[in-house]
Amino acid sequence: MNICITAQGMERTSRIDPRFGRCACFCFYDSDKDEYTFEKNAFAGGVGGVGVQTGEMMAQKGVKVVITGQVGPNAYRTLEAGGIEIYPNAEGTVEEAVKAFLSGQYTKTTGPTGPSRHA
Amino acid sequence: MKIAVASGKGGTGKTTVAVGLARALPGNVQLLDCDVEEPNAFLFLNLDEVRSTEHSSLVPRIEADLCTACGLCSRFCEFNALALLKDRVLVFDNLCHGCGGCTIICPEKAIREEARPTGKIVFGQSGPIEHIYGDLNTGEAMAPPLIRAVKRRISKDKEVILDSPPGTTCPMVTAVKDADFCLLVTENTPFGLHDLEMAVEVLRDMEMPMGVVINRSDIGRSKVREFCGEKEIPVLLEIPYSRIIAEQYAVGVSIVDAEPQYRGKLVDMYREIEQIVMAGRGR
Repeated sequence: MNICITAQGMERTSRIDPRFGRCACFCFYDSDKDEYTFEKNAFAGGVGGVGVQTGEMMAQKGVKVVITGQVGPNAYRTLEAGGIEIYPNAEGTVEEAVKAFLSGQYTKTTGPTGPSRHA
Repeated sequence: MKIAVASGKGGTGKTTVAVGLARALPGNVQLLDCDVEEPNAFLFLNLDEVRSTEHSSLVPRIEADLCTACGLCSRFCEFNALALLKDRVLVFDNLCHGCGGCTIICPEKAIREEARPTGKIVFGQSGPIEHIYGDLNTGEAMAPPLIRAVKRRISKDKEVILDSPPGTTCPMVTAVKDADFCLLVTENTPFGLHDLEMAVEVLRDMEMPMGVVINRSDIGRSKVREFCGEKEIPVLLEIPYSRIIAEQYAVGVSIVDAEPQYRGKLVDMYREIEQIVMAGRGR
């Protein structure tokens, strides 16, 4: 399963970035192969609709689960339409968050966690 | 002549100056409040003959039967108002700027535009002042289309004053664009100067002639005057702090009614602006 974690840096020990669309980096974790890959977020400095853009990219990459801090309404709608489960309010490092998720410590959200910041 | 009143920082006195100018000038004046997210000039005008029309913005609607999920529209949209998820396109009305580009780019002609009410345009009269303002519905994020709709009502044979929204982003640029001159109202504080610098940068980019009004000019120790000197921007008026102006503002009385000496000062400033515009200076 392909899991995406929003991260502040490009390492397993990097901290979770609480922002979804404007996070500094993405960590893609393949739970079948136990493999981490990292990517800088090219959309982070965009003018607006960044959550939509990020969500669309994740759906195209076949991501099934997102672990992040907060998601706004536009990002939520995009991820939901893409069939992606969202686990918000994650904290600590990327590695810790993956472990916490795999051991069932996180709860899936059924709505946006905060207001839109698209303006 | 069309004069825009802008500021950078909010709360510096744009509306004070814009309404003051409108009240001070002899003859027919048109005052347009382009701060459609928070119009307030009408509070000072005791408007008669008030009427309004609804304003709509165009947003795309996808015909699911025709859409082949090619993704061209989503890649085209600069504002990320369209997203391709699985085999369908999602539309985000609140991100759409209404440019219509997606309807042109769609090879299947699967996108049509629908009018969505986003606010209203209000018209009223206050003595010789014709007042028009936009009022964006709560929760709407796109001010520029409504600002443009307000500006389409600009009269060719009146003195036009445009009260701009604060800031230096799209709404301010939309409000100020096509004016003959822009007055920047500031205060001599760190925030006042910082935002003035940004506003000046934007106006220079637009090749817009400008001048500065320093409000509450005896308060604050920043270097607004030095900055204006350096940039060769004329300081056209200084308004020292006055409790009377503030108290009267709070009950909807304009500066020229609170402190009548500003009537002459504002008219003099207007004449100076005319000189600057005619001479092609101030850019």
